[in-house]
Amino acid sequence: MNEELFKKLAEKISAKFPDAIEASDIAYDFPAFTIKKESIHDVLSLLKEDEELNFHFLTDLTGFQTEDEKQLGVIYHLHNMMKNYRVRIRVFFDINKPEIPTATDIWPGANWMERETFDFYGVRFKGHPKLKRILNVDEMDIFPMRKEYPLEDQSRDDKSDKMFGR
Amino acid sequence: MSKKDNTIPDSEETIEKEYSILNLGPTHPATHGIFQNVLKMDGEIIHEAEPTVGYIHRAFEKLAERRPYNQITPITDRLNYCSSPINNIGWHMTVEKLIGCKVPKRVDYMRIVIMELARISDHLICNSVIGVDTGAMTGFLYIFQWREKIYDIYEGICGARLTTNIGRIGGFEREWSKDTWDKINSFVKEYPKALNEFANLLERNKIFMDRTINCGPISAKMALDYSFTGPNLRAAGVDYDVRVATPYSSYEDFDFIIPVGTAGDTYDRFMVRQEEMRQSLKIIEQAIKNMPKDEPFHADLPEFYLPPKEEVYNNMEALIYHFKIVMGETEVPKGEVYHAVEGGNGELGFYLVSDGGRTPYRLHFRRPCFIYYQAYPEMVKGIMLSDAIITMSSMNVIAGELDA
Repeated sequence: MNEELFKKLAEKISAKFPDAIEASDIAYDFPAFTIKKESIHDVLSLLKEDEELNFHFLTDLTGFQTEDEKQLGVIYHLHNMMKNYRVRIRVFFDINKPEIPTATDIWPGANWMERETFDFYGVRFKGHPKLKRILNVDEMDIFPMRKEYPLEDQSRDDKSDKMFGR
Repeated sequence: MSKKDNTIPDSEETIEKEYSILNLGPTHPATHGIFQNVLKMDGEIIHEAEPTVGYIHRAFEKLAERRPYNQITPITDRLNYCSSPINNIGWHMTVEKLIGCKVPKRVDYMRIVIMELARISDHLICNSVIGVDTGAMTGFLYIFQWREKIYDIYEGICGARLTTNIGRIGGFEREWSKDTWDKINSFVKEYPKALNEFANLLERNKIFMDRTINCGPISAKMALDYSFTGPNLRAAGVDYDVRVATPYSSYEDFDFIIPVGTAGDTYDRFMVRQEEMRQSLKIIEQAIKNMPKDEPFHADLPEFYLPPKEEVYNNMEALIYHFKIVMGETEVPKGEVYHAVEGGNGELGFYLVSDGGRTPYRLHFRRPCFIYYQAYPEMVKGIMLSDAIITMSSMNVIAGELDA
């Protein structure tokens, strides 16, 4: 079923937006597409509006940082409950210009998830009704989930951990 | 002053309308957790609510990036602490999916027993607290001893009561004792009676019905738009349950019903949870009856499963694995996986990205509470303050899961 869905999705997206798909794969029975930043909003609304696909439910939206630390990403998990289709949509963009269009106009539930992503990764969602920090304090001036901020303060010398090499 | 001037003007133009601001929380006895709501009130009617969350944010996602896989289980305890076994087992299953491990049927069934017990304890707390917030303390005091019995069962299995850290990646750490099985059997036998008594107190109680029907309703369309899952979505009339839609842990072997409501109001949410408790009991009964015998209680997964102590002292491989697990140096394959289980509050998802190291590269918890709480301002708009309180308790907003 997932291979079918994968093919169908690839066809539908590339028919409407010929060069929107950057990469696609299917792993652990979960079709996933990496979409170009420019067409992410169009692709998401296509996935929702298309009568056959109808991804009416936004399961999850979260931030991501690539291993080279130069790019940020946003991962969408979409779901069609009637047919039990699930798809993962990824979008990557430059960390110095972290701006993508909001999905709140497609799924209102994206509101807090986008705020959380902004809070932790600093992704600015254009058109979001109220993009401010949600879990951290408003005064915070860093985006703590980025890899440049290690969990423990690396300048501390009272906690050398030579034994375990961490 | 003439008599005419002294009369109270009744048209809107003459009086400038002013809203009063009320801070509900962060610590308020009626909110059962640390939630702040800045309410703009028109008398006792809520005009606008502005929730502030994050008071017990503990950076679990960041912590998880530094922890080996088996050490993340205790973190998941603290998400929805009313049903921590579901979180633990959900996490174990996510890792099993990533490493491609198949657990024995017996483990699946044992997990189902635990997860359904956890669901009962979660719903039991939520429903009895709705009673408390509507002024019926009796049911709460009466039913809470049954949560205690569930916690005794957890204690027999893993030694802990609230933050359970139950099971291991691949199964359970030991066979359950006869005493634990006796406790489970007697719980399944005796709980329906207590549940019926609790139901008699509230389900058809005129005062309770008047208080909760049409209180904080949400339509199915809006619930879906706001990504509701779990009992709150089912109360609105959508029969989505992860256990049925994407069966995990052999749920496809079981025969049970998904209760749905119609109006999505507080009463429907209450009733859906009541019925789910009964269905959970049914599932546990089936699991005990059909429990496969003569199968191990864990998968053959030496890299994640601590070997018995005698073997550690006498067997080279066992010593190596013991060392690897204790030091947290077990490596997992590269991959990206999303696994969801039906938690007490809805679809509890784990989005895990592994770069092949000893810790996850990225771990995201899809916390149902966090996602559906954003609809709260819209749900309480134009209703009374006291109704807003029971709307919140019937949504079962758990601070630990909300803030992660």
